[in-house]
Amino acid sequence: MSAITREEVAHLARLSRLELSEAELDHFAEQLDAIVGAVARVSELPTEDVPPTSHALPMTNVFRQDVVRPAGTPILDRAEVLAQAPAAEDDRFRVPRILGED
Amino acid sequence: MSTATTDELMDLDEALARFDPVMGLEVHVELGTSTKMFCSCPTEFGAEPNTQVCPTCLGLPGALPVVNAVAVESAIRIGLALNCSIAEWCRFARKNYFYPDMPKNFQTSQYDEPIAYDGYLDVEVEGRSFRIGIERAHMEEDTGKSTHVGGATGRIHGADYSLVDYNRAGIPLIEIVTKPIVGVPGHLAPAVARAYVAELRELIVALGVSEARMERGQMRCDVNLSLKPAGAEKFGTRSETKNVNSLRSVERAARFEIQRHAAVLASGGTIVQETRHFHEDKGTTTSGRVKEEAEDYRYFPEPDLVPVAPSREWVEQLRATLPELPGARRKRLAQDWAISDFDMQSVVNAGALDVIEATVAAGSDPASARKWWLGELARTANERAVELAELPITPAHVARIVELVSAGELSDKLARQVIEGVLAGEGDPDAVVAKRGLKVVSDDGALLTAIDEAIAANPAVAEKIRGGNHKAAGVIVGAVMKATRVSRAFRLRATPAVPSAGWPPAGTERVRPRSGP
Repeated sequence: MSAITREEVAHLARLSRLELSEAELDHFAEQLDAIVGAVARVSELPTEDVPPTSHALPMTNVFRQDVVRPAGTPILDRAEVLAQAPAAEDDRFRVPRILGED
Repeated sequence: MSTATTDELMDLDEALARFDPVMGLEVHVELGTSTKMFCSCPTEFGAEPNTQVCPTCLGLPGALPVVNAVAVESAIRIGLALNCSIAEWCRFARKNYFYPDMPKNFQTSQYDEPIAYDGYLDVEVEGRSFRIGIERAHMEEDTGKSTHVGGATGRIHGADYSLVDYNRAGIPLIEIVTKPIVGVPGHLAPAVARAYVAELRELIVALGVSEARMERGQMRCDVNLSLKPAGAEKFGTRSETKNVNSLRSVERAARFEIQRHAAVLASGGTIVQETRHFHEDKGTTTSGRVKEEAEDYRYFPEPDLVPVAPSREWVEQLRATLPELPGARRKRLAQDWAISDFDMQSVVNAGALDVIEATVAAGSDPASARKWWLGELARTANERAVELAELPITPAHVARIVELVSAGELSDKLARQVIEGVLAGEGDPDAVVAKRGLKVVSDDGALLTAIDEAIAANPAVAEKIRGGNHKAAGVIVGAVMKATRVSRAFRLRATPAVPSAGWPPAGTERVRPRSGP
């Protein structure tokens, strides 16, 4: 079982927009390695005859009619929603500058 | 960050002599459903920011999505119209990325199991037909709308911060992806790209699944383009120009990228696989972000939604709802109207297909309907910078005018005045005729008397005409007009005295198609 490398952690951190210190990269590489190792134990089971399954329920085609907010649909209060965001402005969510790499 | 930010361009002809372009087009269509893809929030355009949101489309903990049945139907109908196979079983997938336009930190999309796949759409450019392969059409949801504050351009570059409105987040999208478009003669490639998007747009509108208004972002195009040395097999590295939002821009973006790639490659450089921003004002692109690999999105089956398994009965029911598709309709109408493909293209380019068809349906002959809509009316629409259908004259009005002309009650010249009156809001054609007192003299008796008198008064001229000099008839005509006090126009049936004497002027005008937008 190959170890999770620091580079892989750094790459994941970039995708997740997380800023990690050098020490954290080592720390998480070690932790992730242990987690992946633990999950990998599943592959020790004899699963040749078990089809891949993404859903536990044998259901398909669960649809909703195209009806706007049927009776009983709770309507969110905008002020309340925005108040829970870290920052808001002009009735919109205010977020940091996007695409720092540009 | 990138080495391919040079704006050096190679002359287009030279670029196409040395390289073959390969294109791929990804078109996103916002469906016109009443509610979002996975929740019952309304989708109305232009609502107050963040008023059409709920726990599901805001990604609040514990909220669960439920699929919109009409969106699935629309996706299947689009797939069928594009000659695709419809999956018997498919799933949604999470496309994970951290970007504030998706509050969930993933977009619910489809990955390797699109609902429709492997189809085609035929387009015509300069009288040649090209079959564009469709790789797939899949269901997903739109993102929120970001407004970038600060910075010089208002675009992402240089923005200080962004404000996000999630009204659009979760609106159903169908993404339609072509197979690589190869084998199109290079000089036609940009036009083929444009024609494909135009044809797809017409098809979407005909299906009634979206208004597909590009200026409202209801239809958006990403242009993938790469070059390979002329005749080579292997594709080059591609760039992906995002959000090209008009037909004209599709063509311009393709042309620009051909020139840019060619310059980079010819100078020994390499093309970086990246997204590019298109600048509408200059017709140029600039470097965006380096494209993430598919694996970076860490797609996995969406656990909150069960699979979609359209029964074959359902698919056939939906197939039966397909309207006549634009390509077939154009062929049929060209045949009915007895016009060439080229003339039909002029009709389409002028945006006149619907109005002419409606005018014919209201009783006009096709040639007259085409004449008025492509002539007088197209000119007016051009002047007013509106679509033909937005002019304050209806196909029924035009059909009535045609009827009056063919009944001999109006000449073409008078008809133009009637049109002018209708456009000026003076009422319907009959009202304008009455109000302006426009009427052709149709009292043959009075007219014939006047002609006899005119001939008798000008024996020398009459002799010239009899001798074959028809131009001389002008003198007789002038005398008749004076005698009948017709100053505007009148219609004269052929009489032995003035055989095809060049009056009235032939009823045809130069029909000039309006140039494209």
